[in-house]
Amino acid sequence: MSIYLDLFLTFAKMGVCTFGGGYAMLPILQREVVEKKGWATNEELTDYYAIGQCTPGIIAVNTATFIGYKYKGVPGGILATLGVVAPSIVIITVIAAFLTNFADIPVVQHALVGVNACVVALIASSVIKLGKSTVKDAVTSAIFLAALVLAFFVGLSPVILIVCAGVVGYVARRLVKLSGGGAEK
Amino acid sequence: MILLRLFFEFAKTGLFAVGGGLATIPFLQDLGARTQWFSDADLTTMIAVSESTPGAMGVNMATYVGYTTAGIPGAVVATLGLVFPSIVVIIVIAGFLQKFRQSKTVDAVFYGLRPASTALIASAGLTVATAVLITVGGLEEHLFTVHWPALLLAVAVFVCLRYTKLKKLHPIVFIGISALVGAVFRF
Repeated sequence: MSIYLDLFLTFAKMGVCTFGGGYAMLPILQREVVEKKGWATNEELTDYYAIGQCTPGIIAVNTATFIGYKYKGVPGGILATLGVVAPSIVIITVIAAFLTNFADIPVVQHALVGVNACVVALIASSVIKLGKSTVKDAVTSAIFLAALVLAFFVGLSPVILIVCAGVVGYVARRLVKLSGGGAEK
Repeated sequence: MILLRLFFEFAKTGLFAVGGGLATIPFLQDLGARTQWFSDADLTTMIAVSESTPGAMGVNMATYVGYTTAGIPGAVVATLGLVFPSIVVIIVIAGFLQKFRQSKTVDAVFYGLRPASTALIASAGLTVATAVLITVGGLEEHLFTVHWPALLLAVAVFVCLRYTKLKKLHPIVFIGISALVGAVFRF
């Protein structure tokens, strides 16, 4: 199968399997892109989510563009993005045409509660997998805890959090280097 | 030229809405008010459908608005408009990043940024968790009520994902079974 077709179809599959926002796509991304295809690592996924949240556009699309570009340049970025949105176009068009009361059907509402409960468990498991490679010492543990509290309880903007965390990381590395004797100077 | 206008309006949304699909809602409200293409009530339906169907929510919303406004061509054009700025901006950033991959400074910045990004994902998970598993308020004598069946299901899926051989299964299998469980047991 052509690499480009593979890229498009893989991301289309992700579009079909995602319920909710870009975060709900993470478990599917980990399975398809990291574990199955090897197109990106867990660290890279975290980087893409970080940047995807601070840049224009919705996270799911930004992440798809990133992975596609890394794998196959500009055409890859475009194809991955088209892949991830293709199922939405088909599914939503059908529902908008025939089932405008779709979300009010009781069985859909019940099923959706089940789906969302499952998404919670999937995200939790994904975060643990990511954490193994991103939270590994005192500095990163402190950043993780502080960011979690500030994001969830204080509701601080992700853009501010990401920028501050980047600065903290940079400063921490500089300090370690300086206290390490400055051998590289 | 309604298609051109749709493309332009959604490209604008894609360019200025930073974050997840929810970030696009204020832009869509404004769009509806300015153009009369759809009402606030329509938008509420669109949000509900977008949340309960496969696909990233922000993309679903764009497709829905596009379809309502100008049929299937509208759905396609609005969606392409929404993703157009992302493709341009992200390709520029990704190219830049590839160039400076080896830089110690970039590496140090990402060292701090990764745990924060992980925390933001955890926070999004907690937001979904509180929305689905807990109802705040509700009965007068309780501060909040727990949705026990949903909580039980979430815990069961989590245990399967972490501690059993079932973790080899594709996530969509768990999603499908959970949808079935929710529908059958009337969650």
